[in-house]
Amino acid sequence: MRRIGDAPLTRRLLIGLALALSALFLLLPLVAIFAQAFSQGVAVFWSNVSNVFTLHAIGLTLVIALMTIPICLVFGVALAWLVTRFSFPGRRLLQTLIDIPFAVSPVVAGLIYLLLYGRNGWIGSWLDQHDIQLMFAWPGILMVTVFVTCPFVARELIPLMQAQGSREEEAAVTLGASGWTAFWRVTLPNIRWALMYGVILTNARAVGEFGAVSVVSGAIRGQTNTLPLHVDQLYQDYNTVGAFASAALLALIALLTLAAKAGLEWRAARRETRYSSDQLPETVSKSVPKTSSQTPLESMPSGQNRQPLGGERRL
Amino acid sequence: MSIRLHNIAKHFGATQALEPLELTINEGELVGLLGPSGSGKTTLLRIIAGLESPDRTCTPSAIYFGERDVTQVHVRDRRIGFVFQHYALFRHMSVYDNVAFGLSVMPRSSRPSSAEIRRRVFRLLEMVKLEHLAKRYPAQLSGGQQQRVSLARALAVEPDVLLLDEPFGALDAKVRQELRRWLRHLHDELNFTSVFVTHDQEEALELSDRVVVMSNGRIEQIDTPDTLYRAPKNRFVFEFLGDVNHLEGHVANGVLTCGDAHVAVELPDGHEELLLRPHEIRLAEAPSPESHLPVTVTAISPVGAEVRVELAADWLEAPWLATVRHADFERLALSRGKRLYAHLRRWHRFESNAASLRSPATS
Repeated sequence: MRRIGDAPLTRRLLIGLALALSALFLLLPLVAIFAQAFSQGVAVFWSNVSNVFTLHAIGLTLVIALMTIPICLVFGVALAWLVTRFSFPGRRLLQTLIDIPFAVSPVVAGLIYLLLYGRNGWIGSWLDQHDIQLMFAWPGILMVTVFVTCPFVARELIPLMQAQGSREEEAAVTLGASGWTAFWRVTLPNIRWALMYGVILTNARAVGEFGAVSVVSGAIRGQTNTLPLHVDQLYQDYNTVGAFASAALLALIALLTLAAKAGLEWRAARRETRYSSDQLPETVSKSVPKTSSQTPLESMPSGQNRQPLGGERRL
Repeated sequence: MSIRLHNIAKHFGATQALEPLELTINEGELVGLLGPSGSGKTTLLRIIAGLESPDRTCTPSAIYFGERDVTQVHVRDRRIGFVFQHYALFRHMSVYDNVAFGLSVMPRSSRPSSAEIRRRVFRLLEMVKLEHLAKRYPAQLSGGQQQRVSLARALAVEPDVLLLDEPFGALDAKVRQELRRWLRHLHDELNFTSVFVTHDQEEALELSDRVVVMSNGRIEQIDTPDTLYRAPKNRFVFEFLGDVNHLEGHVANGVLTCGDAHVAVELPDGHEELLLRPHEIRLAEAPSPESHLPVTVTAISPVGAEVRVELAADWLEAPWLATVRHADFERLALSRGKRLYAHLRRWHRFESNAASLRSPATS
């Protein structure tokens, strides 16, 4: 019998549509970026990439991303821990608040920060009196990048930690572990894949963020220009090859990120099969004939069913 | 190590999970906390463990392990072993590392050497007959094996008391039976004080020295399995400890009438409800002057030491369950649809917490 939606026509139509759309909207633009970047040869591409302003933009972008990740990591883990391990009034509200950066347009986020921390802003004017400048400088870029990316880690962790529950941590504590030990030895190993996944997403977004950063950075070449802003600037200056050369760099980072993500997923899938239950010894023990005089537990098979595990604990 | 609970109560928000209660568990005892879900048995166990804290009321509550007051002592310092319902093994650690965990997190000063840890872990694994699986991961083990790892892990730290939360709840009937016997054996051998939670009355009655029956956050009765079954203190305990048949009707002049059925009982006039265990019903081909209870056989299950027979009648609200010896089963030539007469060997009746057990008027 055929399953619903499995008619040959429907199937071919859907697959064809999906492939066509992917090619048109995903693959083609990606190819176009690299084609444009190299349209006047490798030498021109290289001279554009090794331009001092481009190099600075690359550096700034990477530094911002590197600073954003640990902040989001700590924030995300703490938040996920709070939301999944404690019940307190306002917990649901907090869970909704986490999504604000997703819901708000990045430009609006940038404007809010400008309004608050800008020279004439509520907090900014006070900071200005103390000679602290946040907006139109790298701290401002960092602040909005953190704002935009902070939900990623928490979003990845919350469903997982909810599903895993706190039993293992409770078990650790009944065995005498301190909270800190329980976190490092029990919680963290259980969430590490989700954590890394969250970091990858955070990184992708931090590197590519345009809207919020463009509002607060001022886009001063060689000072507060990140790579996405730099691409935009070059394009506005009619330096198409330069713009696409930088864009190609961004696309390359994105591809690397995707590769890392795919690698993680592949490993996770392999881990699943490795730990899977299809080699459960119980199914084996049932087929082993039992002799009558056994104590209840001696029916466990010993040698013959042992599986070679190879290199233990690869991770 | 004995366990003494004084004035322990617990609220979760507005709901009362436990009413203030007293409980003493003697040294070396294996005690079962038995009750339906929501009766507060797991909460009580978790309070003993220190995973939950009792309500702070005006009258102070206290928990003693032996002479040690552990009311304010943190879980990690209570020296308990806790076995979780779904094992809660550390999924990313091998069986060996799971069992070694409690020893390896000890403060450096009191921690045994790694050779000593190894020796102790393997002794425990030997005890639970899993030494050949030391390198496996929890997901590669069957439920019963996981539960034994979890037990070995709890015992590794040499706890004063062992607490088990529905230890066999997630296992299939056969493995459960084996593990039950094995736990009893282990308990007798090592002689620690154990408390376990279960909703399975058979498990509680078979395994425990004493059973604490709970419902709605209250302790209904604490007794040995034997006393509990023979002399339940109230209707709840009676109904919870086995299959129950109901007979409801009006008594007039020593005869309880229910539709076209009637049976002689020595009770004052009025509305009555009698409770019967399946083995307290006797089936016969004919009514007697004292008992006229016509029933029809609707289902037969000939598995086990006795044949279980389901009986229906239009004067019954819910069908009855009766157990018949195989010999009687053959003698009566029971089959579905057969009409018979039920006789009562004895019956039970509860009025406001007082139990009474009687035989029918004359029989």
